[in-house]
Amino acid sequence: MTELPGDLLFTSEHEWLRQEEDGTITIGITDHAQDALGDLVYVELPEVGQDVTSGGDMAVVESVKAASDVYSPVTGEVTAVNDVLADTPENINSDPYGDGWIVRIRPSDDVADTMTPMEYQEFLDGLEE
Amino acid sequence: MGKQTPLYDAHVDAGARIVDFGGWDMPLHYGSQLEEHHSVRKHAGAFDVSHMTVIDVEGAQACEFLRYLLANDVAKLKVPGKAMYSCMLTPDGGVIDDLIVYFFERTRYRVIVNAATREKDLAWINDQAGKFSVAVNERPDTAMIAVQGPQARELAATVIPRQWREAALALDPFMALEADELFIARTGYTGEDGWEVVLPAEQGADYWQRFVAAGIRPCGLGARDTLRLEAGMNLYGTDMDETTSPLESGLGWTIAWEPDDRDFIGKTALIAMRANKDRRKFCGLLLEGRGVLRNHVRVLVDGVGEGEVTSGGFAPTLERSIAMARVPAGDYQRAKVEMRGKLFDVRVVKPPFVRNGAATIEI
Repeated sequence: MTELPGDLLFTSEHEWLRQEEDGTITIGITDHAQDALGDLVYVELPEVGQDVTSGGDMAVVESVKAASDVYSPVTGEVTAVNDVLADTPENINSDPYGDGWIVRIRPSDDVADTMTPMEYQEFLDGLEE
Repeated sequence: MGKQTPLYDAHVDAGARIVDFGGWDMPLHYGSQLEEHHSVRKHAGAFDVSHMTVIDVEGAQACEFLRYLLANDVAKLKVPGKAMYSCMLTPDGGVIDDLIVYFFERTRYRVIVNAATREKDLAWINDQAGKFSVAVNERPDTAMIAVQGPQARELAATVIPRQWREAALALDPFMALEADELFIARTGYTGEDGWEVVLPAEQGADYWQRFVAAGIRPCGLGARDTLRLEAGMNLYGTDMDETTSPLESGLGWTIAWEPDDRDFIGKTALIAMRANKDRRKFCGLLLEGRGVLRNHVRVLVDGVGEGEVTSGGFAPTLERSIAMARVPAGDYQRAKVEMRGKLFDVRVVKPPFVRNGAATIEI
């Protein structure tokens, strides 16, 4: 398990968020999530311009094992999607916090509950017990 | 904690992701299920299948007993070492389990059944055996390793005792050899060439390490499932069970209707089912677009009716999603599946999807 990047926030749904300088938020799934899913083979992305609601599903990641919804941790508008994932979903496995990013959202509301890297690590440790 | 095979420690040491499978702690993968899958299609992979149940059936009436117990007819087996795939049925024609039976002589057979069905199978077999002069001996003292892939036999041959190499490599498909304490069969569950090797439990870990050292990649149950799905091979409990007959599970070819005078469990029920032309059929599906077909997905056939995916997934060799499905009778090539409230186009195809490393359906 790689160390959690310090500039990210995390959700209990195993998503990560990065606040960008232009006010948007980049979202992906965590290393723990990709590891649990196994090899990813398909990613269903939302449309650019689509409105998403905090807690609502916005993408689907499918692995050899299972399909998993990706929930939006914030209400807002999708400003970019990582189209490259359509052909290389494995980027989420190999680089979940980098090339494996999924969507970028311009929030219209505050971000709901998130965890710092340390809090998320504690959350993960709690899951293993 | 579940039951562990003699190779369990080796899996953990190799970094396997362990999952429960029918009460056994088994390796799901050792890092990447996809890479393991491709290794078997292109090179060689090794699977721990020690959880499967090995049963020796011996005695004066072993042949008569198995002819009554199984839907396929062991009397067709004439050459010592020859293997046969069969279903074991309930009187209603439901599938208790699928299995492979190996013939040595009319008084001696080896039957290999599934892991999750062990208790009920043994209970059923022992129950039926009561009327015959036969001994049913489970062999929990064995381990079993499947080596599969185009290079598997050549690589594995370097590991087995020298005096048996030539004979083992000379085995025809679906033939087995007793090589002292080893039992080597040219059978498998991947659609590739290879062996399944039954050996004494205490030698299991050693042989496993030597197969791996010879260049055969450890593969988990995840790859085993995508490989068997591509090969169009049924999985018990998923594609068929006691509520479905072989006739609606794509296994009609495993029923020996002849000779007429052979009685076997489930025969009367099957004859009635065979006459019903409206019975559901079993087919393969290819998802036309992107996405992944999953077990229990609803299949809709326009103007005909509905069916269900019995096992679906991503086919790494085809880079498409495929499935096996139980669908309404009729002659049609297209259908739709419902996933997450949306409809997707699928093509009805005849399994297998992949054999010996290459697609056997048009993509």
